[in-house]
Amino acid sequence: MVQFALPKNSQMRTGKTWPKPETGGKLRKFQIYRWNPDDGKNPQVDTYFVDLDDCGPMVLDALIYIKNKIDPTLTFRRSCREGICGSCAMNIGGQNRLACIFGMDEVTGDVKIYPLPHLPVVKDLVPDLTHFYAQHSSIKPWLETKSNTPAKEWRQSIEDREKLDGLYECVMCACCSTACPSYWWNGDRYLGPASLLHAYRWIIDSRDEATGERLDDLHDPFKLYRCHTIMNCAQTCPKGLNPAKAIAEIKKQMVERTL
Amino acid sequence: MADVNRGNRPLSPHLQVYRLPLAAITSILNRITGVGMTLAAILIVWWFAAGAFSASYFEVADGLLTSILGHLILIGSLAALWYHMLNSMRHLIWDTGRMMDVETVEKSSYVVFAGTAVLTLLTIIIV
Repeated sequence: MVQFALPKNSQMRTGKTWPKPETGGKLRKFQIYRWNPDDGKNPQVDTYFVDLDDCGPMVLDALIYIKNKIDPTLTFRRSCREGICGSCAMNIGGQNRLACIFGMDEVTGDVKIYPLPHLPVVKDLVPDLTHFYAQHSSIKPWLETKSNTPAKEWRQSIEDREKLDGLYECVMCACCSTACPSYWWNGDRYLGPASLLHAYRWIIDSRDEATGERLDDLHDPFKLYRCHTIMNCAQTCPKGLNPAKAIAEIKKQMVERTL
Repeated sequence: MADVNRGNRPLSPHLQVYRLPLAAITSILNRITGVGMTLAAILIVWWFAAGAFSASYFEVADGLLTSILGHLILIGSLAALWYHMLNSMRHLIWDTGRMMDVETVEKSSYVVFAGTAVLTLLTIIIV
């Protein structure tokens, strides 16, 4: 159901302004979403100041700076710091980014950071992705075969392998799905761009022998066809992939197989 | 996510904080113009129906539609018609999997806006 406003317990308030660091460098203002599951209050937006001369260039550097030097209770996910694990996905400057590979200089004005949109919040910038992962596993993201297993590996021509380019690079950071208004309103039944890109990655794989079953499973008014080509997914993907195009290719295959 | 049990957890902000790209704005405009044209069509039918009903009733309807407000509504509907048609043609191209990379989508969004303006003006001049 479309619900434009936030529920009562989710509306944000202005929070605490933390003291400026006194290390003498150039300061940058950060406004960061906070929610603590233990204090029973609504979410709030806290203000922090980061000394740019004492901090790396990426948004993640600033978050780590804040956690180390100003407020150790600030909670966020991070791991690889090089855009391959997908952990530090969050809404930065109004669009979904990986904090580790997104430079502070790419944001004009104050740097505003929120958790990925339209998800239940576990704490601060950590959203609950359980449903997102369940949808991913529902498309069977593995090779399905019927013929006998070959003595060596499942072979594939260079041309067939090239069809997977632009699909296999996905790191499941959830930036695309949580940027999609259709996923906001119908995320319970619409699979969303990330899962559908993965579905297409297996549909198009020359070694996979369950193409028909995969298409049958997606033939549903909600799972696939809630995509209205809004294109937020492709605009926001930190890896430069195009889930909207992958979804269009699935829709094409749906039509082609009936011809 | 809609209708997913969140327990006591808050829902993270969405429309409140998301900076919608141009393509998203063209998408919602497609919906708005579609709904708007339906309402405009009802208005036109009411105009015709009033004409069929009686001369005095027609004067009321005609007076409204030829007033400044009526002209604004009709010109708005005309722009909506062109916009909706051009953008739907773009959707047809997208349905074939073409022109879907981010740069081309941005460019074609501007083409749709410019085309709407030009065709609306042309229609006003010709008709």
